Amino acid sequence: MSQTQWQAVIGLECHVQLLTRSKMFSGASTAYGADPNTHACAVDVALPGTLPVANAEAIRLAVRFGLAVGAHIRPMSVFARKNYFYPDLPKGYQISQYEEPIVEGGSVRVAVGDGRSITVALTRAHLEEDAGKSVHDAFHGATGIDLNRAGTPLLEIVSEPVMHSAAEAAAYMKTLHRLVRWLRICDGNLQEGSFRCDANVSIRPEGDSTLGTRTEIKNVNSFRFVEKAIEYEIERQIRELEAGRSIVQETRLYDEARQQTRPMRSKESAHDYRYFPDPDLPPVVVPAELQEAERALLPELPDARHARYLEALQLSAYDAGQLTGDRETADYFEALLSGVPGQAKLCANWVLGEVSAALNAAQYDIVACPIAPAQLAGLLGRIVDGSISGKIAKDVFTAMWAGEGSADAVIAARGLGQISDDSALVAAIDGVLAASPEQAGQFRAGDEKIFTWLVGQVMRATRGKANPSRLNQLLRERLQSC
Amino acid sequence: MALDSATLVHLARLARLSLGASELELLGADLDRTLAMIDQLQQIDVNGLEPLAQPQAPDTGNRVDSVTEEDHSAQLLGLSPAAEGGYFLVPKVIE
Amino acid sequence: MSRIEALDTVSGQLAALAAGSATAIALVERSLERAAALVELNALITTTADAARATAARLTPGSGPLAGVPFAQKDLFCTRGVRTTCGSRMLADFIAPYDATVSERLNAAGAVSIGKANMDEFAMGSSNENSFFGPVRNPWDRQRVPGGSSGGSAALVAAGVVPFATGSDTGGSVRQPAALCGVVGLKPTYGRVSRYGMVAYASSLDQAGVLAHTADDCARVLAAIAGADPRDATCSTRPLDDYVGALGSGVRGLRIGVVAEYFGAGVDPAVAQAVRGALQVLEREGAVLVDVRLPSLPLSIPAYYVLAPAEASSNLARYDGVRFGHRCDAPTDLADLYGRSRAEGFGTEVKRRILAGTYVLSAGYYDAYYRRAQRVRRLIANDYQRAFTEVDLLAGPTAPDVAFALGEKAADPLAMYAADVNTVAVNLAGLPAISVPAGFVTGLPVGLQLVGPAFGETRLLAAAHALQLVSDWHLQAPGAAA
Repeated sequence: MSQTQWQAVIGLECHVQLLTRSKMFSGASTAYGADPNTHACAVDVALPGTLPVANAEAIRLAVRFGLAVGAHIRPMSVFARKNYFYPDLPKGYQISQYEEPIVEGGSVRVAVGDGRSITVALTRAHLEEDAGKSVHDAFHGATGIDLNRAGTPLLEIVSEPVMHSAAEAAAYMKTLHRLVRWLRICDGNLQEGSFRCDANVSIRPEGDSTLGTRTEIKNVNSFRFVEKAIEYEIERQIRELEAGRSIVQETRLYDEARQQTRPMRSKESAHDYRYFPDPDLPPVVVPAELQEAERALLPELPDARHARYLEALQLSAYDAGQLTGDRETADYFEALLSGVPGQAKLCANWVLGEVSAALNAAQYDIVACPIAPAQLAGLLGRIVDGSISGKIAKDVFTAMWAGEGSADAVIAARGLGQISDDSALVAAIDGVLAASPEQAGQFRAGDEKIFTWLVGQVMRATRGKANPSRLNQLLRERLQSC
Repeated sequence: MALDSATLVHLARLARLSLGASELELLGADLDRTLAMIDQLQQIDVNGLEPLAQPQAPDTGNRVDSVTEEDHSAQLLGLSPAAEGGYFLVPKVIE
Repeated sequence: MSRIEALDTVSGQLAALAAGSATAIALVERSLERAAALVELNALITTTADAARATAARLTPGSGPLAGVPFAQKDLFCTRGVRTTCGSRMLADFIAPYDATVSERLNAAGAVSIGKANMDEFAMGSSNENSFFGPVRNPWDRQRVPGGSSGGSAALVAAGVVPFATGSDTGGSVRQPAALCGVVGLKPTYGRVSRYGMVAYASSLDQAGVLAHTADDCARVLAAIAGADPRDATCSTRPLDDYVGALGSGVRGLRIGVVAEYFGAGVDPAVAQAVRGALQVLEREGAVLVDVRLPSLPLSIPAYYVLAPAEASSNLARYDGVRFGHRCDAPTDLADLYGRSRAEGFGTEVKRRILAGTYVLSAGYYDAYYRRAQRVRRLIANDYQRAFTEVDLLAGPTAPDVAFALGEKAADPLAMYAADVNTVAVNLAGLPAISVPAGFVTGLPVGLQLVGPAFGETRLLAAAHALQLVSDWHLQAPGAAA
């Protein structure tokens, strides 16, 4: 057995499809799911004589990202050609950025569990165009090429190699995913490939400062698989080194079925990309006014919201974390809270409880929630003012979800108003006491537990509408007075 | 500064040109002479000279983000020597 | 020798159309007859007789600035529905689904395209001997080259087939064939004319140009094709000058720098003498001749032959047999598809330049070659800029010799490259330049090159026009069957 303690060194390169209508360098649509090659124009297909023209919105979104992570935005950055041959790369080169990327530096704070956080420094983020897609199984002896995706704007976000476990890498990926969705620069749809990460993994003896040979794990499209793939790869590299072999610098894929990484067969050992600045495109200029305009438009970022929920609203770390999982949920929660001020915990419970459950069952995102925050605030307000119990409120919620109207409308229509009127309550209590003399006697004899049963009986008699605290009080009084 | 044949073969591979031995030899000789001519540049003092990438500073703005292209698939696929079922075809690639 | 007719010029044809002494159809027939009679020049790859007749029949004289004037297009301008071959087997059957901006604008101006002019393959060459469709012959002497790469365009104008033709100029490819064929060849400032749809050779050097018998005609065509194009990010939005209106400005007081290096050792003494004679004509008209130096000029050949092949190697990567163009038979795998399609599709000179370009960009060599060449490019541009603080225009012979014999330089690429020394620097600096007929040596045309500062086309055209008012070299035409 080896005595070496190994440290894993992991860096992630994430390719984020920017939320633009058209492509990075042409006016074809970026919409997902179209029939093959119907969203590819002459420029995307690289017909002779065609030329690229940069998408202003993609540049703006890249600036927004850079500002959100506290990075340096280059006032002038350069598009470069990355030359290689592959069927999904029509020009035989990808337009990317090399020596002078638009965003440099920056960092992301990542919660890694158990209340611990790490700061992941970013090396850079740059603009580039996506390649098309290959379909391998549909044609006999041939591979089909669909260029719909070719030319879609990407922001490639490169982290420093500062993560040391698969769990940290997965947490970073999730944090970055949340951030790009929060900023509305990417829809983060993993299944559709809007957000893809490659992991660079190497190991070294603990305490060493040099980096070991690294392998690259490409195109893993789920958080879970990224973690598993990196875990496997770390163990594999340790096994290799401890057996006296060396790590081959190569690109690997994650085989989900076998839960292993394996080398990609078609990649050559080393690409010579022959980068040079693209002569067809002027440098990307980001004037100070554009930076300031984007800075003014930045939303409150997830970490700041999270902190505010903890400190100002006194929510638990769990609640704050769940509510800030995405911007739409946080926005819904705050809109709801504005309708029932001072009831942060109640609102949090309802958003994370009933609303979340109903959304899951219906497979809706929160933006499709049929109950608007203001309407839900109406319901929660009736709990707070005692008109209905929390239990009844859940029924009202279900009715509202089904479209029966506002909270008040449903309460009125179904006669669900809580009975707080003392005389009605006393009448109900007296009725129950008269019908249950044995149990009343047991209570007066000192049996405290029978009280709960009696409460239940009154609740049944009032069909759940009795105001619980008032009921408790009055029942006790009646029992003691008789 | 004659190029060795391994370099030449590597260049042809990088450029995806399947050249026969004699063609490779001829082109190699031409390339040698061209590189010798180009080597004149090594004598120049380029201190303080910034690379000139584009001779005139481009003044065209960027594109507004809107979809201006419709479905051209029939036309574009029609240009291809090998297309089927809406796809461009190449010999099977294994990943 | 004979003289050109009025109908050999754009202005002459427009006057005849306006006066009613010619019809558009008659002018087209005239061009088509001459094209047929001179088929041995091999100057046209595709003749579009029926389409030309149909267009002419539909035309109203005066409906556009060039309405009714037949012309030929260098076969690298994409023309919808008509093949664009670039003189290459690779694109022998390629029919673009769109028009180049230059083609579109000439069509809109009412000019009538009679066909696609032969050229050196992918614009790489100085003799039009590199075409897959065979060499073009010089109308002045069928055993000699017309120059290149716009050899077909120059020959068609010189032979009186069309009054003007479009060309492209990357290192002299409009000016040098103009000089060797005794016509005017204008290369505008880089970015003055859109490159959209003009198949790219070297993106930072390519520019569309015009060939005609007179500066007046060139001004008219430039006015029709120049100006902003949102499809080309390197095309300038600077407003157009009044090229035609300013033709008569004259040269009184114009300072013309006679560049010592343009009269270098490689220039034939008789050619140098003819060019000096033309300059003396300008001096008599009031121009002031000043001796100037461009010490970096000899570096322009090595710098060009680093940068142009580098950009070409990348621009030509899209020719892979997948989406258009030549595809080899029965490819066994992807590497075979690429390797054989490209080896079969490209000619020798193209392969030479692709290999050289790949080399100078490859890992380890980028700084030593490409980046260094760009810094030398800066040096050359600075030289021109400095010269233009002393003079208004620069002058010298366009080419070091008159047209050479077919086959004479084919075996010596370097000798061919070296002859471009007077023209390539202009492309490196992105400046406008014009070649004007300046005499004859042994019965073969000689060209005077005038170079202007950026966007100085007006002054160039005015100077050329002034020369043509008091000389008649441009009015000479090759005799029949020279």
